[in-house]
Amino acid sequence: MEFKHPYLPITKEIESEMLSSFGKRSLEDLFSNIPEDYRLKRDLNIPTSRTELEVAQRVQELASKNKPADTGRVFLGAGAGIHYIPSVVPALATRSEFLTSYTSYQPEISQGMLQTLFEYQSMMAELLGIDVVNSSMYDMATGLAEAVLMAARVNKKRSKFLVPDTINPVHWQVINTFAEPAGITIERVGHDQKSMLLDLADLKSKLDSQVAGVYVENPSYLGFIEPQVDEINRIVHDAGSLLVVGVDVLSLGILRPPGNYGADIIVGEGQYLGSAVSYGGPYLGVFGCRDRMKIIRQLPGRLVGMTRTSNEPYKRGFVLTLVPREQHIRREKATSNICSNQALVAVTAAVYTSTLGPEGFRHLGEIIAHRSHYAAKQLNKISGVTAPAFGASFWKEFVVRFEGDASAQLVHESLLKRDLHGGKILTEEYPEFGESMLLCVTELHGKTAIDQLVEVVRDVVTKGGGTR
Amino acid sequence: MNRQRDSQDSKYRQANWNEPLLFEMSVSGKIAHRLPAVEDEVKRLAGSLDAMIPAGMRRKQSPNLPEMSELQVVRHFTRLSQMNFSVSSGIYPLGSCTMKYNPLINEQAALNPGLAWLHPYQDVSTCQGALELMWELEQWLAELSGMDAVTLQPPAGAAGEFAGVMIIRAYHKHVMDEGDQRKEMLIPDAAHGTNPASAAMAGFKIVVLPSSNEGLVDLDALKAASGPQTAGLMLTNPNTIGVFEKDIGEIAGIVHDSGGLLYYDGANLNAIMGISRPGDMGFDVMHMNLHKTFSTPHGGGGPGSGAVGVKEKLIELLPVPCIVKVKEGRFDLNYNLPRSIGKVHGFYGNFGVLVRAYTYICALGKEGLRRTSEIAVLNANYIAHHISQIRGFSLPYSPNTPRMHECVISAENLAEETGVTAMHVAKRLLDLGLHSPTMYFPLIVPEALMIEPTESESKEDLDLLIGAFKQISNEAYSNPDIVKSAPHSTALHDLDEYRAAHPKTLTLSWRMHQKRTAK
Ligand SMILES: Cc1ncc(COP(=O)(O)O)c(C=O)c1O
Repeated sequence: MEFKHPYLPITKEIESEMLSSFGKRSLEDLFSNIPEDYRLKRDLNIPTSRTELEVAQRVQELASKNKPADTGRVFLGAGAGIHYIPSVVPALATRSEFLTSYTSYQPEISQGMLQTLFEYQSMMAELLGIDVVNSSMYDMATGLAEAVLMAARVNKKRSKFLVPDTINPVHWQVINTFAEPAGITIERVGHDQKSMLLDLADLKSKLDSQVAGVYVENPSYLGFIEPQVDEINRIVHDAGSLLVVGVDVLSLGILRPPGNYGADIIVGEGQYLGSAVSYGGPYLGVFGCRDRMKIIRQLPGRLVGMTRTSNEPYKRGFVLTLVPREQHIRREKATSNICSNQALVAVTAAVYTSTLGPEGFRHLGEIIAHRSHYAAKQLNKISGVTAPAFGASFWKEFVVRFEGDASAQLVHESLLKRDLHGGKILTEEYPEFGESMLLCVTELHGKTAIDQLVEVVRDVVTKGGGTR
Repeated sequence: MNRQRDSQDSKYRQANWNEPLLFEMSVSGKIAHRLPAVEDEVKRLAGSLDAMIPAGMRRKQSPNLPEMSELQVVRHFTRLSQMNFSVSSGIYPLGSCTMKYNPLINEQAALNPGLAWLHPYQDVSTCQGALELMWELEQWLAELSGMDAVTLQPPAGAAGEFAGVMIIRAYHKHVMDEGDQRKEMLIPDAAHGTNPASAAMAGFKIVVLPSSNEGLVDLDALKAASGPQTAGLMLTNPNTIGVFEKDIGEIAGIVHDSGGLLYYDGANLNAIMGISRPGDMGFDVMHMNLHKTFSTPHGGGGPGSGAVGVKEKLIELLPVPCIVKVKEGRFDLNYNLPRSIGKVHGFYGNFGVLVRAYTYICALGKEGLRRTSEIAVLNANYIAHHISQIRGFSLPYSPNTPRMHECVISAENLAEETGVTAMHVAKRLLDLGLHSPTMYFPLIVPEALMIEPTESESKEDLDLLIGAFKQISNEAYSNPDIVKSAPHSTALHDLDEYRAAHPKTLTLSWRMHQKRTAK
């Protein structure tokens, strides 16, 4: 019987008609160039075709083996953020005309996507306090890796890059993957033992004429806020290096924008802006830089520019611009190999940001600060628990340390039993912290869930066991 | 009677809302969303914001973001979406991009909270379904490609290429101890721009191979270029002009004999599913664009996924973590690969895209995937034949060899005889409600129009496209100005790209616009 499928509009009858229209008798004639030796002479070892209903059932079967984090009971962050998503966001961002288009190579019929991406660039620029933002990188980790490469292109004769030693270990891994073949050495700058803040003396001692750029984060991977930014700005620029800042874009309703303290390049994770955590992707590398041609020319990724029609009456319009930086023109001399990016996640971020507006960003920043500080204070009341584990101030994430016999693993397992999920265990990454965990509290975490978390931790730390 | 649409009367009119920018619509004080207040007790214990955040780190001036009502936001983005051509709107024969139908069940699956709301650092016991999905997808992709293992981590094709050539680099360096010597990557002149860009990022010197007169790899040039300095060859097969490299066995032999590895750019896998496998052709490493062959939507530019497959000897070099099946029904993440190239993404790749590729493969199954490739090839040959018959158009390079999933038509004759170029043809197609093919790529074809109809287009739609080319040819020979001045019916035309890129007028954000106009 003929195999029919909803995705395939050519029936066997139409197939014959089409073949004979150009003098072929069978499909086989079209594959004549593939030598016999390279033909697959058996069926693929892949399950047989399923109907839509069967596919939906299989998906539900898989989904039901997971425990989703939309309950407000999962206190994980560390580069992926569990936040509320207003209903307008997915409804608009996944409109079919956005979803099923590709890069706007034909601006005449793609003004909708181009204007949306221009608005994305513009709103991110407002949040970051910088003039230029590209239309997306893959995620924050690869965005940072590109920032390292970019700094070394702007500062052509320099081949070192400094990062704080409190950097996200995954970011450390990703930037090293990219930097090593480019001949760039990445060095770590130490921190003050009590506050975890950047050790400025160590920064100065490492900041020689070989350093192309210096990276700082706000808030940092470990959650603390780095307040020495004005001094860092001065020190880094006095040495002729670029200042690269990693930022939590969602904090920028209440925290000072990096453009305000001299950042030349800014990177951030845009998943927080209206996209679900989705097991690690698709995310959004927010990537911005200063309005200086020397820097802009080294920018990776696509840029949408505002322009107008060539002739009067002039009408405003949008186009992809500065394309000669890109791989399809410049090939091996391009600023990056990036081609497909994360445009739809940028559209999502645009809808989210315009939905929240300035008031929403400020309020959200405050809500998160209140909830996370409440959690830390409650935890810190437990004897044998320190939260936050170090002195500096924080916003959304903080390290909690367990003393005595309670291991972070035991706390984690006890929380799981109560249908809660603790933060990322840091014991391996940061053995010097002892038994510790990076907790993340957002607007999704209500008082009840926080109180239950605190109660389980108290149980484990004071009684040595989480089961009840 | 079944009335078919024809291109003559489908003068396309896209919505043209003259939509202001968000910033221009903003009115102080409006809100489009409210957030719940924090419980009093939480607030009391947490203390004041001033005590939490150092004064010097507080934002002094609130960001200049739009202030609108919820409906205004809805209307704005709905209108903008209406000013955007997409696969859902019409034929999108953009060569090399595989603009096939993006099934809606894929979208529904990806939005399932049991998949969409998983945090990547959740305890593996709470995300077994996600790991199972990824593991199964890896098996299927390995089977389709003839590779021994697959990583799903690279978030796009170019990222897959980077991971792949980094694996080649690691192989020469750590396995063969020849890292200092093997510095050259061979790449055909017709290759996609990401190939040389990715190889350069991995530190390789690019050696460009000229194509033969048939548009294939020139075996003599390949022999001359390969040697002890060769790290590998990056190739796509079917190649960029849509023809299968019949000498692939010999090509693989030459590269392998010189000690190099063979990289397959799997952007063109749509032609050969269930028919032929890169792994069997001798390729050692490859990427697959799930946003092409496996139907995940292009999203206006992304996200995609560039899964990478490797042969046995390269498995230890794959990025970490790998997904492992511990026992039946139990999966885990393995970070312990000491020779791994490291990480090329913050987490495990574009999971939401993987879900869509998974449901696509489920829906088609082995028979459907093979049939997909058969129809993709049938459609491309139908187009290649009928368009190359039209006055002014031709099918350069091996015109009598069947095309695979796409064809590259040249408008060289048309340009010489009428002054109507490939660019003009592309713009005129927009008037007729069609997206243009890929233009001026590959560089070896003059006035190139690269057409990839995909298996999704029906014969009626293919005839519409052919009819449009006929109409444009007629116009070019009778009234070329109408083509040269196209498009006429789009929302905008003749945008000033020079002005867009000029340092004095370059405007990449509203902030830049305001600064420029203030001057
Ligand atoms: C032949 C070929 N190789 C590589 C790529 C790069 O893939 P991506 O855009 O996903 O990075 C593309 C697509 O644009 C392509 O057509």
